[in-house]
Amino acid sequence: MSVNDKARIPGGETFDAAVVGAGVMGATTALFLARGGMRCALIDAGGVCREASGVNAGTLTLHMTRAALIPYAMRGWDMWKNAPDWLGGDPGVCTTDGLSLAFTAQEAALLEERVEARRAQGAPIEIVTASRAREIEPGLTDDARLVAHCPMDGYVTANLTGHTYRRALVEAGVRLYENAPVTGIEAGDGGFRLAMAGVAPRARRLVLAGGVWLEDMLAWLGLRIPIKALVNQLIVTERVQPVMRSVLGIASGLLSLKQFANGTVLVGGGWQGKGDRARHTTEIVPDNLIGNLRLARYVVPALAETRIVRAWLGFEAETSDALPLVGPLRGIAEAYAIGCVHSGYTSGPYFGRLLAQRILGQEPEMPLFDADRLLATP
Amino acid sequence: MIRDPEILILGAGPAGVGAALALADHGVRALVVDSGFAAGGQVYRPMPDTFAPNGTPGLGPDQEEGARQRRLLADSGVATAFGRLVWSIGTDLRVDALGPDGPEFWRPKGLVVAAGATERVVPFPGWTLPGVMGLAAATILLKSQCMLPGRRVVVAGCGPLLFAVANAVVKGGGQVVALADLAGPGTWLRAMPALLGRPGDLLQGGAWMARLAAKGVPLMFRHTVREARALGAGLKVSLGAVDANGRPMRPARDRTLEADSLVVGHGLIPSTEALRLLGAEMYFDAEAGGWVPRLDDDQRASRAGLYAAGDGTGVRGAVGAFLAGRIAGLTAALDLGRIDAGQHARAAGPLRRRLAQARRFGRAMSRLMAPPSGLYDALDAHTVVCRCEDVTRAEVNQALESGAADVNQLKSWTRCGMGPCQGRMCGDTVAQIVALRTGSRAAAGAWTARVPLRPLNVEALAGDFDYDDIPLPTAAPL
Ligand SMILES: Cc1cc2nc3c(=O)[nH]c(=O)nc-3n(C[C@H](O)[C@H](O)[C@H](O)COP(=O)(O)OP(=O)(O)OC[C@H]3O[C@@H](n4cnc5c(N)ncnc54)[C@H](O)[C@@H]3O)c2cc1C
Ligand SMILES: Cc1cc2nc3c(=O)[nH]c(=O)nc-3n(C[C@H](O)[C@H](O)[C@H](O)COP(=O)(O)OP(=O)(O)OC[C@H]3O[C@@H](n4cnc5c(N)ncnc54)[C@H](O)[C@@H]3O)c2cc1C
Repeated sequence: MSVNDKARIPGGETFDAAVVGAGVMGATTALFLARGGMRCALIDAGGVCREASGVNAGTLTLHMTRAALIPYAMRGWDMWKNAPDWLGGDPGVCTTDGLSLAFTAQEAALLEERVEARRAQGAPIEIVTASRAREIEPGLTDDARLVAHCPMDGYVTANLTGHTYRRALVEAGVRLYENAPVTGIEAGDGGFRLAMAGVAPRARRLVLAGGVWLEDMLAWLGLRIPIKALVNQLIVTERVQPVMRSVLGIASGLLSLKQFANGTVLVGGGWQGKGDRARHTTEIVPDNLIGNLRLARYVVPALAETRIVRAWLGFEAETSDALPLVGPLRGIAEAYAIGCVHSGYTSGPYFGRLLAQRILGQEPEMPLFDADRLLATP
Repeated sequence: MIRDPEILILGAGPAGVGAALALADHGVRALVVDSGFAAGGQVYRPMPDTFAPNGTPGLGPDQEEGARQRRLLADSGVATAFGRLVWSIGTDLRVDALGPDGPEFWRPKGLVVAAGATERVVPFPGWTLPGVMGLAAATILLKSQCMLPGRRVVVAGCGPLLFAVANAVVKGGGQVVALADLAGPGTWLRAMPALLGRPGDLLQGGAWMARLAAKGVPLMFRHTVREARALGAGLKVSLGAVDANGRPMRPARDRTLEADSLVVGHGLIPSTEALRLLGAEMYFDAEAGGWVPRLDDDQRASRAGLYAAGDGTGVRGAVGAFLAGRIAGLTAALDLGRIDAGQHARAAGPLRRRLAQARRFGRAMSRLMAPPSGLYDALDAHTVVCRCEDVTRAEVNQALESGAADVNQLKSWTRCGMGPCQGRMCGDTVAQIVALRTGSRAAAGAWTARVPLRPLNVEALAGDFDYDDIPLPTAAPL
């Protein structure tokens, strides 16, 4: 494959690849394509990593990762841990221990089952005694019935993602189009023409990385793949004295709790708010905010004396089988999609790199997730 | 308290009380919610019942008007919920509050937002030191606690509150070491005709000016605070001259004074978080104090069932707030079908005429309170812009240089505005700095409104509960 052959289509600037959507998926893909020698455009309706990838909880956890994605998440975790080496900066990465808890008999059974399944995929998770759990996390309540420990956990300061990625992208020579919503795509012999305000770029290769808006993007190419939009709520406290040192969750995955170095405590776990992806509006559901907060307060009693200062929401994409959509779009030459990865922030850098390998004509290190299985039969 | 109000009024300042009285007149079941313990808002803030004034002055005739409004509200029979902080409002108009009985919520058909204003302080080196406080904040001490902000006080900034506060300090037996006003005497003279339109009002700048001068208080026009430094338990405050745009002049002639407190403020900003949370259409109006909701002539905001009135819709003062509140109440009654269009017009007409007059005064006052643009130029690299998170102007500039294009992106990258004040203290300054680059405040944007509207204590919100009381959703997929 020749990488730098410039297709000469009349009109706007022509790139080897255009990536639409600058979340962690699209931004990483673009970064590695550029490093692989391609002239690459990255286009986003807003800024770099300002949707899911900039507002997520930033937890790098295997306890919450779907079993089938454990091998990818472990490599993603590793990439985050070594972010300065490949991203050229550190968006506040901290690796630490992670505990997953069970408080009822039912949760204990769930935890055992899930630990088993994740271990089978290579996750270094094991059940620990109560006293070991308290050693790992002195802030923990006494009430846990069963605790699983994973030494491979941690978090990133997600709101810094865009800052770090943007610099890396500019340095790698990726051409950024920000605040530039794409409204359609024309696929022709010479490649793709993007419809957007101003002088629209053209490209030989197309990567759709629209997060929860991937469904609309695929429709531009005539593909119908239903993608569900989860609307996750997060809550953060003011800065407080250290109340915990690990990442805490529960068996069902409905809690993700940690304290950042600056003292703020982030409470999440996928409790749902309300939102409309088409209108780009979200709002919290107060009862879910209180419920999530109760859970956090139960797990770390010292949180009682803190104040919450902010809650926000983000859209997370999910396919019908809750597995990713990463790979070529069969039937349309040189068109690819990447997204819908559960706990996709953790594994995002790795999936982006895998897809870039595939586009650059190399053999991806791990299998991709084909779109064909998801195509709705008309 | 009632469980099912037809109209909920957020805020029991003059605007909220006005709305409540109009609704009561037409038999609408209304509920007024305020985090304070009684009605009055910022301007008519009462003293706690347990206090007996010992002759130390408050801020004068306002106390009577406040008492009158509280009496009218009580007589109207409108339900009230004091001591309740509204922290969330949904687009279905579900209003969540936290109060002495824990969390509670209402689902009214309509909502009148009468949330008032927030003080603006343009930063300068030393503005975060103990002993430095806002000008409007000092009125709270004076009004609700009969307390002086200090024994030896420097009063600085702009707008009518300068003279109100200086006067109250002197009356209370304190010493005003100096009063530094960004405006020149000419500015006041030009504003005088509009201000005199409301004789007897609290903001009778001219009379006070004369009284302060007679008491020997140094009135330094066209002056600003250059810097404050800690000196023992007190402060060393340097004051210097500025030009008509607020830019520093003749630094060699700066003066340094010793004081135990510095009271400084640069006007008020409409509190619009609740409206923005609901997605009400907003526009930027510097003269009204900042971002304000787009309202029709009857105080309707851009979505059905949503009304707004008072300083939260543009800083126009207490008299205008009360009148606009009454109109909002009448309009809500009209929309509920309790009165017809003719009744509405007959009742609102005279109010609207008086409102126009009050707004003339309000606009003159707002102009006096607006900080001149040169103040922001004087903000040096080391000055802390966001005091909760200790973000300096240099850090803000750095983020702008690395590509932050609006206030929310800047917030993500610097933590500016992420602290417990939720961006209320720094938001205006930051937006002003961003606008220097983006060309306008509209392009700089405004913080995205977030829940909770004020910080909330976890214990109070979570309440007493067992694990079984946590409404756990179904498990995430494995
Ligand atoms: C609140 C929340 C908490 C989460 N917590 C975690 C966690 O703790 N750990 C974890 O591993 N994962 C977490 N996730 C999941 C993770 O954030 C996502 O899987 C991941 O960020 C998705 O990245 P993405 O690039 O696919 O999507 P996004 O980051 O959403 O990026 C999609 C981009 O496409 C752009 N776009 C859309 N339409 C157009 C258009 N028409 N033209 C141009 N651009 C367009 C958007 O502007 C956006 O920037 C969380 C998600 C949410 C919402
Ligand atoms: C600190 C301060 C001091 C001032 N002092 C004076 C003065 O001395 N003289 C003068 O003429 N003007 C003063 N003003 C100007 C003042 O804005 C107006 O004169 C007048 O008070 C405006 O009336 P309003 O009804 O619009 O708002 P306000 O009087 O401010 O009333 C708003 C009410 O809403 C309540 N509220 C807001 N948000 C919530 C929430 N989330 N939950 C529950 N309750 C809420 C507040 O507690 C407040 O009682 C002051 C302003 C401020 C900010």
